[in-house]
Amino acid sequence: MLVGGLARDACGGVVDYLTSLGDKILERQQAAEVAIKAMGITFTVYTEAGNIDRAWPFDVIPRVISTQEWQKISDGLTQRLTALNLFIDDLYGAAKVVKDGVFPAEVLAKSVNYREQCVGVRPANGVWAHVCGSDLVRDADGTVYVLEDNLRVPSGVSYMLENRQVTKRVFADLFRDLDIHPVDAYPNRLAALLAALSPRPGVTPVVAVLTPGVFNSAYFEHAYLAQQMGAELVEGSDLVVEDDECVYLRTVGGLVQVDVIYRRVDDLFLDPEVFRADSALGVPGLMRAWRAGNVALANAPGAGVADDKVVYAFVPELIRYYLGEDPLLPNVPTFLCHDDRQRSHVLANLDELVVKPANESGGYGVFVGSMASKAEKAEVRCRVEADPRNYIAQPIVMLSTAPTLCDGRISPRHLDLRPFILSGDRPYVTQGGLTRVALQEGSLVVNSSQGGGSKDTWVIDPTVVSSRRQSQSQSQS
Amino acid sequence: MLLSRVAESVYWAGRYLERAEATARLIQVHTELFLDLPKSAGIGWTPLLAVTGSGESFRDRHPDASEERVIRFLAGDADNPGSIATSVAGAHANLRVTRAILPRESWEVLNQLHHWAADTRADAVDRRTRLAWTRQLIRQCQLLSGLLEGNMSHDDTYAFLLIGRYLERADMTTRVLDVESGILVGQRDGAAPYADVTWTSVLRSLSAHQMFRRTAGVMVSGPSALRFLLRDPQFPRSVERCLIEVSQALLELSRYDDPMAGCAEVQELLEQTPIDSMTAEGLHDYVDLLQSGLAGLHGLLAATYFQREPSTDPVLLAG
Repeated sequence: MLVGGLARDACGGVVDYLTSLGDKILERQQAAEVAIKAMGITFTVYTEAGNIDRAWPFDVIPRVISTQEWQKISDGLTQRLTALNLFIDDLYGAAKVVKDGVFPAEVLAKSVNYREQCVGVRPANGVWAHVCGSDLVRDADGTVYVLEDNLRVPSGVSYMLENRQVTKRVFADLFRDLDIHPVDAYPNRLAALLAALSPRPGVTPVVAVLTPGVFNSAYFEHAYLAQQMGAELVEGSDLVVEDDECVYLRTVGGLVQVDVIYRRVDDLFLDPEVFRADSALGVPGLMRAWRAGNVALANAPGAGVADDKVVYAFVPELIRYYLGEDPLLPNVPTFLCHDDRQRSHVLANLDELVVKPANESGGYGVFVGSMASKAEKAEVRCRVEADPRNYIAQPIVMLSTAPTLCDGRISPRHLDLRPFILSGDRPYVTQGGLTRVALQEGSLVVNSSQGGGSKDTWVIDPTVVSSRRQSQSQSQS
Repeated sequence: MLLSRVAESVYWAGRYLERAEATARLIQVHTELFLDLPKSAGIGWTPLLAVTGSGESFRDRHPDASEERVIRFLAGDADNPGSIATSVAGAHANLRVTRAILPRESWEVLNQLHHWAADTRADAVDRRTRLAWTRQLIRQCQLLSGLLEGNMSHDDTYAFLLIGRYLERADMTTRVLDVESGILVGQRDGAAPYADVTWTSVLRSLSAHQMFRRTAGVMVSGPSALRFLLRDPQFPRSVERCLIEVSQALLELSRYDDPMAGCAEVQELLEQTPIDSMTAEGLHDYVDLLQSGLAGLHGLLAATYFQREPSTDPVLLAG
């Protein structure tokens, strides 16, 4: 049963092992659930009855990718982020990409996440999106596509790290034999990246993680990263901008200057002086301090302009334009509804398409044509016609499946993958990433806020594994 | 470097954990006392409500103070801000905020305690399982204190944990004394037939009986026990010892002048007031004075370190 879904080259050892477990796999699953509860790995679900902390949904059967394949993906992501950062820097600077006619001015004009307040600012090294989480999917034919890029406040990396902690507890017997690439370098890499942004070189930088607070769905992650990096976990009310346009922490010993803020608060809530005046999550004056170069913000405000799914459609072009290279990782073909011809194609073929709002995240507002009722189709038609700029459509990608434990049985479930890319002095891509899995049979929705689960992702070099197994079997014979 | 907001959370976590443990101990000892004494002694369950300062909110909801109702209210009632389950949840919520600076192992223990207290609270109500439950709860709290003591740097963050713990403990000791003061003073007149048993249980509820015996070496008497619980400089639950701990923790912090002065004020009140000749009424007033001194100390801490209005914790201010 396992072999059908799992036996890619890299997985030989894993398949043998899991098969040898038989029904005992259920015990491992239970052990994992106990570990998750004990470790307090939670995420917050918003309901009408209030916010509830749920135990992180996790499937013990790992997803396996070969080192060789991962290297290609990793190179493709690095290339993508290099181009995206050049693009954002260009947009807020000379905007050559618009002048050269590569990126349409009217798309920019209606971009929800473009921030005029950032024009003319030049963050260190021209990097705006220091941290990115890009969602990858594998189609039925095995091709890996980029489905979307998250540059505003990408989340999920802590779950990637915690998933590994859990599988290390549960499959302690497997780890050394398989040479599974470790993932725990991430917090150190992020810490080094952030420290390097400090505007006060020579002084040990004070780094803070800015969280919306304990009720945010990703609070667990904010706390986790702060802890792992030895950074301060702060809320807006912990920070104050003084007359010198520097940002300070309110501490028990008085005010302490902060150099770098890894902000997990959306642009619009960052500074009530500049953005939403009713924001209680931000810090009045933060943008002044940033523009004055007295504090570094990661990601930089305005970086989310590239989250726009319309921008996404242009990424292959942007890679050619800025780097003169062909994209290593393909996009999912995308129809832009603001283009009349493409829109009529979309509206005529709703059954075979996924329609997405250009600037939502978390899987909200996504229309899947093959599953939609007549009324839903009529509704999406209205929405697209009312605001074509804000809708894109893509063919339904039959996400690949992996064996997953459901109700005590192993069955195939659809999944995607979110690796994380750091753009510092040298780019860094996580080994694997966060694998999200749709736990409902046939479902393509993997978001944890909508009933998705997750798996650990193992990047394994099959040549090392098979040569070791050979030598083991020789020495035993 | 310690954020003001985090300092306040750690402080409250210290208080809540201490409150949970102390309430468990109270329930445990009162249950034992109830089993020891004949029905004619007329000991009910209302003193427990009085000690925890929750008599009023209990009466708002319940017609009579039956054993089952009182224990359920004090152990597991999510609507009672002073119940054990609420206190553990309060500690959990506050340390969740500070989880980034808490040793991971201790977070796991607190997390387990939180789930366990919520899942098993019915065991506190049934008299057959109650003592095992309170013992387990106390052990978990002690385990957590031990892990924090052993794994966490004894820095300013830890100082706030200690300050919260000892201020709560001092407060709890004065509450126990306040409620029992009538019986205490009565014993001098030989009027209450079971007073010695009651006194012993007061000492027990503060885990003080054995230490008192070693130090005092006499029959348990009201004034000697009272002196011990208020003034003994070595016993970890005496008010004096708690204040010594608070002042030592303050030395870890900067800008401690005001709270240190507040602490010294309460200590002076402890040392300078003659206790032996106190009437029941006098004792009650005296305890009131001590409690408002402790509340004042809380206010000074908040004004100095938390940089906003002092928190309005219902249980604390009830004193």
